[in-house]
Amino acid sequence: MKKKKYIDIRFSLLSAFIFAVFASCERDVSDEVEFATFPANGDVFIDGFSSGLDYFPFVDAGADPEAFSVVTDDVFSGTSAIRFDVPSFGNGFLGATFNTTANRDLSGFDALTFYAKASQAATIDAVGFGISGPTNNKFLVTGNNIGVSTRWEKYVVPIPDPSKLTNETGLFFLGEGASFEGDEGGYVLWFDEVKFEKLGTIAQPTPAIFNGRDLVQQTFNGANILINDLTQTFNLASGVNQTVSAAPSYFTFTSSNTDVAQVNELGEISVVGSGTAMITASIAGVKANGSLAVTSTGDIVSAPTPQFPESEVISLFSNQYTDVPVDTFRADFGNTEISEITVNGDDFKFYSNLNFVGIQFQNPTIDATEKGSLFLDIYTNDTATGNFQIQVRDRGTNGQLDTDIFTGQPTEDDAETRLNLTPAQLPAGQWITVEVPLTGSLTNQKNNLAQIVFVGDIDFLLDNVYFR
Amino acid sequence: MLPLMLLLIMSCNTDETQTVFNFSELTLQEEFDTDGAPNSDVWGFDIGTGSNGWGNNELQYYTDRTENVQVQNGVLLISAQREDFEGSSYTSARLLTKNKFEQKYGRFEARMRLPYGQGIWPAFWMLGADIDENPWPAAGEIDIMEVRGQAPSVLIGSVHGPGYSGGSAISKEYTLPNDRLDTGFHIFGIEWGPEYVNFYVDDVLYNQITPEDVTGDWVFDKPFYLLMNLAVGGTFVGAPNEETVFPQTMLVDYVRVYKYMNENQN
Repeated sequence: MKKKKYIDIRFSLLSAFIFAVFASCERDVSDEVEFATFPANGDVFIDGFSSGLDYFPFVDAGADPEAFSVVTDDVFSGTSAIRFDVPSFGNGFLGATFNTTANRDLSGFDALTFYAKASQAATIDAVGFGISGPTNNKFLVTGNNIGVSTRWEKYVVPIPDPSKLTNETGLFFLGEGASFEGDEGGYVLWFDEVKFEKLGTIAQPTPAIFNGRDLVQQTFNGANILINDLTQTFNLASGVNQTVSAAPSYFTFTSSNTDVAQVNELGEISVVGSGTAMITASIAGVKANGSLAVTSTGDIVSAPTPQFPESEVISLFSNQYTDVPVDTFRADFGNTEISEITVNGDDFKFYSNLNFVGIQFQNPTIDATEKGSLFLDIYTNDTATGNFQIQVRDRGTNGQLDTDIFTGQPTEDDAETRLNLTPAQLPAGQWITVEVPLTGSLTNQKNNLAQIVFVGDIDFLLDNVYFR
Repeated sequence: MLPLMLLLIMSCNTDETQTVFNFSELTLQEEFDTDGAPNSDVWGFDIGTGSNGWGNNELQYYTDRTENVQVQNGVLLISAQREDFEGSSYTSARLLTKNKFEQKYGRFEARMRLPYGQGIWPAFWMLGADIDENPWPAAGEIDIMEVRGQAPSVLIGSVHGPGYSGGSAISKEYTLPNDRLDTGFHIFGIEWGPEYVNFYVDDVLYNQITPEDVTGDWVFDKPFYLLMNLAVGGTFVGAPNEETVFPQTMLVDYVRVYKYMNENQN
């Protein structure tokens, strides 16, 4: 500590000297005046927190605030290291960000690097930087599923485009936990020498959107589509191609026809007119793999307005009623795409590339004991080749959906009903109001409804989903 | 500090005869300034797969087609393509000055930007010009630059001869500090004289090999010719994988050779 202070004094004396020398030959302000910038300090944790840095566990999300400590008994270099105790399953998770109150200019670095080891071989769910409340994580970068061993090894999380990082506060975060019984948990992770570096060996950038796939999507005017699976990949000195998830703001998005579709800096596509537009992206001038050819077939005809009084319904999705909370309209199974469409204040969901897709509402579940049917409005421009099926599921009292992943049938204490519509019952080009009676095994168990599933091969618009 | 250094240098100089070399007289200067095929007065080609993948189980078929070799905008491009061609899955090119240019001793250098990726193997090297009468490894080989594409910052310089060839070559790896070989041009060179070969990248001397370092006869006192090639696969690098990007191109800005001149003998 004494030594450090000594060095600091010496540096300030040195800079005073340099200032004196420069000051003596200063002329008028030149044309090349530069704006004030934040300090280019890349240190995060070397042998203690770097200046202005503090620790913020994700307590609201259920993270264990006691998981973090600074230790001196097991370090990679210097005197201290970071230790995290990863909770065992059911005891919360490890999740925290290290943010600074003294903003940093990181544009001169090309990677976040650190040394890490674990008490057992493990895979860290997420490690990265760029957590920032005020900017809504504008430049978030996440390395996913980072494997660590029981030896100290160096890890590299490359910066997708350093020129963006001139004013940063979120310097390091991680998330790791046991997400199911039997998942790794109850072990220790150590980190040391966490810092931003200019490695000079981060090369061959290969950005991607939509995981590098070239997608085609049919939709309508007013649709909003989010560009997802945004990544940047670099070849490291080790020869490894390291991929990180990159926030949309690292990308420049382009629409080939802005009369059809426009993209903002958050990767949100707005479909504004009929026709086809090709959506592409780039990072720092390097074209991203993957694209979306979006075609709008024009304006939407509104669905029929539901005639039941509000007091009789539990609505999931309708502008006519107040909706209860829905976790997702696209539960993460199958390949189905969804886009949100708003026309003159009227909201629709548009499902495309359907095989099967779920609407889930488990927080809370719906008690439809007093209700007889699920109602929903469907519109398709396609002619189905087979039946279109609607499933309604009650998850029972065990607190989870139980599904045979091979047959899709309910297991454990779940109950379900299914309704098949023939192609003749779903004619193209008009709104059909479908009533799904809550019968079958739901007849006596519909107080924990949690899921609606669609199975079929048509693209369709959905509106006015409610129980009555 | 300066007077001390001066003193030290002077003290070394007292009773030994210092040998000073310079490499100022060009004997070969290929700048690749004319678009099209490289100058046929200097460069020939090896075509095909050689025997057993040029002795290394290499996977490419060498051609002299413009897809694999051409001069463009002042740079020679040697490109490895992934394509089915004459029974091979890759094509590329290998240029050599055999029977066109050979030299004993001197400075041999090339300014290149290299390709990268698993299974990619660029090389700038030399073989003893008597190889047809005196088969490899007795003819000798000097590898001025070899790189494994999966180690994009690591350069390898070697000599091969009788008793020290293939996996037993006298070799040294050099890792560029904070830099790579595929993102910018670098100068790869040797300075070669009686009883030594010095290996350089840019202005860094990273190895010297002398007769004391080799485990067999020193076979580097005779003319050698130059080769440049971009191999794909083979025992030295392993096969490309699904992440290897094609085409991969080796860019050659120039090849220059200087005469060996011992000033004390002038």
